[in-house]
Amino acid sequence: MPKQDAKLLQGTLDMLILKALSLGALHGFGVGQRIMQMSAEALRVEEGSLYPALYRIEQQGWITSAWGVSENNQRAKFYRLTRAGRKQLQIEEENWERLATAVFKVMQTT
Amino acid sequence: MKAMYWLRLARARLRGLLRKRSVEREMEEELNFHLRMRAAENAQQGMTPDEAERAALRSFGSWARVREACRDVKGGGVVETLIQDVKFGARMLRKHLGFTLVAVLTLALGVGANTAIFSVVNAVLLRPLQYPNAERIVAIQELNEKGSRVQVTPANFLDWRAQNTVFEHLAAIFARTSNLTAGDESERIDLAMTSANFFQVFGVQPQLGRFFVPEEERAGHDAVIVLSYGLWQRRYGGDPSLVGKSIVLDGQPYTVVGVAPAGFQYPDKTEAWIPPFQLVPTISAQMNIERARGFGFLSAVGLLKPGVSVKQAHDEMTAITARLREQYPNTNNNRFNRVVSLQTHLVGESSAALLLLLGAVALVLLIACANVANLLLARATSRQKEIAVRLALGATRLRLVRQLLVESMLVALLGGAVGLLLGWWGVDLMRGLLPVDFPRAQSIGIDLRVLGFTLLVSFGTGIVFGLVPALQSTNPDINESLKESGRDSAGGARRNRVRSLLIVSEVALSLVLLIGAGLLFRSFMRLQSVELGFRPQRVLTFRLAPSGANFRQDPQFSAFYSQVAERIKTLPGVNAVGVINTLPLVKGPTTAFRVDGRPLLTPDKWPGVNYRSVSPDYFRAVNVPILKGRALDAHDDVSAPLAVLVNQSLVLHDFAGEDPIGKRINLGGTRDGQPIWFEVVGVVADVRSLELSTEPTPEIYTSYLQDPFAGMSFVVRSAVEPPSLVPAVREAVRQIDKAQPIAEVREMEQIVSEAASQPRFNSLLLSLFAGVALLLAAAGIYGVMSYSVTQRTHEIGLRMALGAQTRDVLRLIVGQCIRLTLLGLALGLVSAFALTRVMSTLLYGVDPNDVPTFAGGATLLMVVALLACYLPARRATKVSPLVALRYE
Repeated sequence: MPKQDAKLLQGTLDMLILKALSLGALHGFGVGQRIMQMSAEALRVEEGSLYPALYRIEQQGWITSAWGVSENNQRAKFYRLTRAGRKQLQIEEENWERLATAVFKVMQTT
Repeated sequence: MKAMYWLRLARARLRGLLRKRSVEREMEEELNFHLRMRAAENAQQGMTPDEAERAALRSFGSWARVREACRDVKGGGVVETLIQDVKFGARMLRKHLGFTLVAVLTLALGVGANTAIFSVVNAVLLRPLQYPNAERIVAIQELNEKGSRVQVTPANFLDWRAQNTVFEHLAAIFARTSNLTAGDESERIDLAMTSANFFQVFGVQPQLGRFFVPEEERAGHDAVIVLSYGLWQRRYGGDPSLVGKSIVLDGQPYTVVGVAPAGFQYPDKTEAWIPPFQLVPTISAQMNIERARGFGFLSAVGLLKPGVSVKQAHDEMTAITARLREQYPNTNNNRFNRVVSLQTHLVGESSAALLLLLGAVALVLLIACANVANLLLARATSRQKEIAVRLALGATRLRLVRQLLVESMLVALLGGAVGLLLGWWGVDLMRGLLPVDFPRAQSIGIDLRVLGFTLLVSFGTGIVFGLVPALQSTNPDINESLKESGRDSAGGARRNRVRSLLIVSEVALSLVLLIGAGLLFRSFMRLQSVELGFRPQRVLTFRLAPSGANFRQDPQFSAFYSQVAERIKTLPGVNAVGVINTLPLVKGPTTAFRVDGRPLLTPDKWPGVNYRSVSPDYFRAVNVPILKGRALDAHDDVSAPLAVLVNQSLVLHDFAGEDPIGKRINLGGTRDGQPIWFEVVGVVADVRSLELSTEPTPEIYTSYLQDPFAGMSFVVRSAVEPPSLVPAVREAVRQIDKAQPIAEVREMEQIVSEAASQPRFNSLLLSLFAGVALLLAAAGIYGVMSYSVTQRTHEIGLRMALGAQTRDVLRLIVGQCIRLTLLGLALGLVSAFALTRVMSTLLYGVDPNDVPTFAGGATLLMVVALLACYLPARRATKVSPLVALRYE
């Protein structure tokens, strides 16, 4: 199992969670898993960050939660993106792209 | 009310508690699910279930930390920790009930006093006047060259009105009383003659009918009247058809044109308004227009044009007055003016006293805070280990300070709540104590602003007394505190310094209050022992101002007064009956005068003297001796030459080294171009005519047979208690003329007492506050010294073991107390020296830096301090060396 190397900026984590949820509702564990998958096992979200982030985002109104049944038939809390969350994700993606490009450019300069 | 509040609070608490549980449960379940998933994943990778679970837990990190992090976001956050703190604090307060009680009561005393005084300040100084135009209404005061207020003269008023550009409306008011007759009954009411635009100044709308129109201001117009809402309700049962009907006032019919809205009574207590038929009335034959310019009896209020400031108005009015001084030097030479907001005008001199009292209660509250801070410090010492352990376990200092502050706040709020109750009761008390005619007294009460003030003060005190102990006891010098011998440590010494500082400041603050109270008390005593010059005991007074068709000429008035006096004299128990136009200690008219044969001065240089008209028996009735010459008698009537008595002051002032008897004086009147001369026939002793605090001034007394006033006061000296005479007196007047009501029935002693009511009020309240301060300071000193003795038990035991005697131990403890007290006294004396200056206007016959008062205050405080430390000191001497040493 790869050690988690990338320390995530808080805003980035929120964006990743939103991105993970953009493909459908997930429970907390699933969110962590999805991020790991999408990053090809490069990003591992600590539980100590994941859940506070989920709660925080929920309070922002970008996601909602509801109890449901997991793939292995257990009671689990599922998170779903709201319309506001989708909009937020779009904004954050754009911001991120701009930032990433800018950083990339800086790093390219020799 | 109270029960509802608690019920709501309890319900809210319960809901919070239940909801919180379910939130926690959900969180727990979610995290558990996560763990199970992780374990399952681990198992898939080939771990044993046991291993898988352990690995899952491991990867999860600190379970508690994650939960805490989640709770920070999920739970109430700051609010939740606050609730925790409050719960914890409440538990601590319940556990230390003694401490809580003492602290709450101490604060309640301070907060209560502040609430009561603030409620008065609020009603009198802060609450805006209840008129639609309140912030634009000003009063235009006329002043003499000494800056004292005098009444506005009609001629000047007319010039002001014509020349100013700053007022939308400028109205004149002549406040007087009048006899309102309805059927058989007559009643004396306060009446104001006002210019027609009077109501526009205030912006009020009539309840019924209309107010005046400008034509009604002029002579020859029908007599009209506007009634106050109160009079309309009281006398006419709120009859809506009253408008247009006629009522009888002073024997003349007036048509009611309107009723003022409820609550509108300006000037205070006015029950009806009539327009002036002419602003320059002819009061008697002696009056002419030139003199009218110098004869003031009006007050003026104005409505500023929008955007004009009080200052601008003042500047313009000052310029106009300056012009008038040049134009009419004879009458206006010593007339100045000042424009102030109506509120300032109404409150007048009471504000100085109120602000002083507010300052005083603030000091009391500070002392209360110091005491509670002391208690908290003492308690912090016993909680030192608890706090040190929590600090060591990683609680942040901020968190601990916050928790301790929350506890202080709880105490403060409890104190505030009890204080509010005390204050509520205090407001009632204040209403009873307030001086007569205290401005706006009727509106004193607890309103939202007072509640807000109390809440704010409570929070403030919580921080003031809580912060220092909280910072002190959480000083993160953990090693120091954890050591077993913590109480001898440097931290302990520092705490002791803080405690000593509190004592020193308590002593200093109390001394300031004591000295302030002492000064007021001494000046009040001075006032009480003032040589009045007359004997107020067993004298009944009342006033008659006859009106109607029978009262058109001077002799008719004189005859009526004589008749009444004669009739009352025959009543059983009556010794003497006198009549005077204005009673002593009641403001009265003054007149200019000059002595025959002296070089003629312009009238503005004529000295002013008090102008009184009396019956021959007046001086006997109030026990004022005739010093020289003869008294007035029944022969000094219209057919006799005009006679006058002068008082001792006038003799000293104007006839130094001369015999005044036989000299002729003129009071400004002329007849057929010739001055009217009065002959001085006697000299009477001085009396305090104006105020208790004013030295007797020159005064002349004419005979009421020759020079009666339209309203005069009777003084009835009796062998029985004056109140028992009232029915007989009333009946006697009724028999002579039932249309003339008697008014202002009071005992002379009451008048004297009321003249001192403001100083009495000031001195009473400040003494009360100083007493409370003294008690608190004593309690504070006692507390600190007791604590210090406990703390030094070991040291004392050691000293005794080494041969110290009881005397030495006493000296040790008492010495410490004396050192602190002396320091406080020094500080207090210096502060008092600087502060008492502000109260010099409230003092009479006492220097603001009166040495005996300062010394007395300091001595009293020293004695109290010694008493307070006596018990702890005695306890120190009872220390058994063996026990003290074994303790360690």
